[in-house]
Amino acid sequence: MKVAVIDYGMGNLRSVSKALEHVAPDAEVLVTSDAKVVAAADRVVFPGQGAMPDCMREMDNRGLRPAILAAARDRPFLGICIGLQMLFDTSEEGDTRGLGIFPGKVRRFAVSGSAQGQATRLKVPHMGWNQVCQKIQHPLWAGVEDAARFYFVHSYYASPAAGNLIAGETDYGMFFTCAVARDNIFAVQFHPEKSHTSGLRLLANFISWKP
Amino acid sequence: MLAKRVIPCLDVTAGRVVKGVNFVSLRDAGDPVEIARRYDEQGADELTFLDITASSDERDLILHVIEGVAAKVFIPLTVGGGVRKVEDVRRLLNSGADKVSINTAAVQNPDLVAEASARYGSQCIVVAIDAKRVVPASDSLDGGPAQGLSQQRSDWEVFTHGGRRSTGIDALSWARKMQDLGAGEILLTSMDRDGTREGFDLALTRSISDAVDIPVIASGGVGNLDHLAQGVLIGRADAVLAASIFHFGEFSVRQAKEYMASRGIEVRL
Repeated sequence: MKVAVIDYGMGNLRSVSKALEHVAPDAEVLVTSDAKVVAAADRVVFPGQGAMPDCMREMDNRGLRPAILAAARDRPFLGICIGLQMLFDTSEEGDTRGLGIFPGKVRRFAVSGSAQGQATRLKVPHMGWNQVCQKIQHPLWAGVEDAARFYFVHSYYASPAAGNLIAGETDYGMFFTCAVARDNIFAVQFHPEKSHTSGLRLLANFISWKP
Repeated sequence: MLAKRVIPCLDVTAGRVVKGVNFVSLRDAGDPVEIARRYDEQGADELTFLDITASSDERDLILHVIEGVAAKVFIPLTVGGGVRKVEDVRRLLNSGADKVSINTAAVQNPDLVAEASARYGSQCIVVAIDAKRVVPASDSLDGGPAQGLSQQRSDWEVFTHGGRRSTGIDALSWARKMQDLGAGEILLTSMDRDGTREGFDLALTRSISDAVDIPVIASGGVGNLDHLAQGVLIGRADAVLAASIFHFGEFSVRQAKEYMASRGIEVRL
């Protein structure tokens, strides 16, 4: 089995590839910026770090958009962090257009002011281990406890226009969508590759997923 | 709810962990991978590696350390020490670090923080601030927050070179400036408390934490588990970092988190 981890030059993909190799020792994990390799892969992981405008630009500079859109149509596809955000129509970050695979918008967390009192103030980025409430049954949640903690680090979150996309929610001052699912696509705002046992389980589930 | 984080800190020189890490039944007390795995099993939320290698010939060894740890331990890794250029940030991230901590170089060249965060994202840029009290604490302020953040200067200044060199920069305005330049997190060490085991400088921690919108990690002075809880409850830190109480096997990370939970703090158990 070939698993492509799409590399468009934004940040460190070693953690993602190491975690995949850990859960799927027999799979061939390919960190790649080559559209042909993506096209030939059996499963595709779409990570992302940094700012979304840069991510979209670097993805297009490498001519990866058609291969990503094709993979999102017909193969097990896992978006991670900005890789989730890029699947939506638009982002408030730099007023960027996304891939438009999912309807909806990516918004910035409001820095909560003194109205809430300093003691309960929420910092941005949302950084650390938070609970993921599973909103649907899904093969990628198999063996992952409801409300298990995953590692997050982000300042923007997706707000899907269709409620039936929502696979998981997290409470950070309000409930936001931290996982979306449709057909062969699953995408998470948190970092499964940095989320210890629960994260590794989710990645293992992705490897064996037959959508 | 978001959990408060507990972060063990490891000093590394020439690829080896130093400062007497003393776990029972550890085959090799200096092996970074083995120690990292042990902390991971205990429930550490992240690990911080501080590279204190003096010789420039041996500086690249930290990259191998991070590569080795990142292949086995699937929690966030922060690396600091000797980061001077954007290229240093790139190499550490590529070797498997999730965050890179910038200290002295941020003082010498604040643009480094702006450049590195613009290039790799704020989420991976930590600015380490070593602060020292320069105005004696009055009774009314002791153990509490500094009164009136509107005042021009706080009671703490930024120091470099392990607390030996004064910069004349006010710690509170420096923290705000680092946030504005793109830092995603602040690692705040009290140079007055570091190594004393008397507990965090809570007034410092609270002043900085209240002054910025980004998370603050409290560091310096932890001698018992209650100090960790105080860092969160009084200092309003988002994370607490400690070295010696964990290294010498006095307390495990799990014990620390269980104690914090007993004090009503949200932790990942």
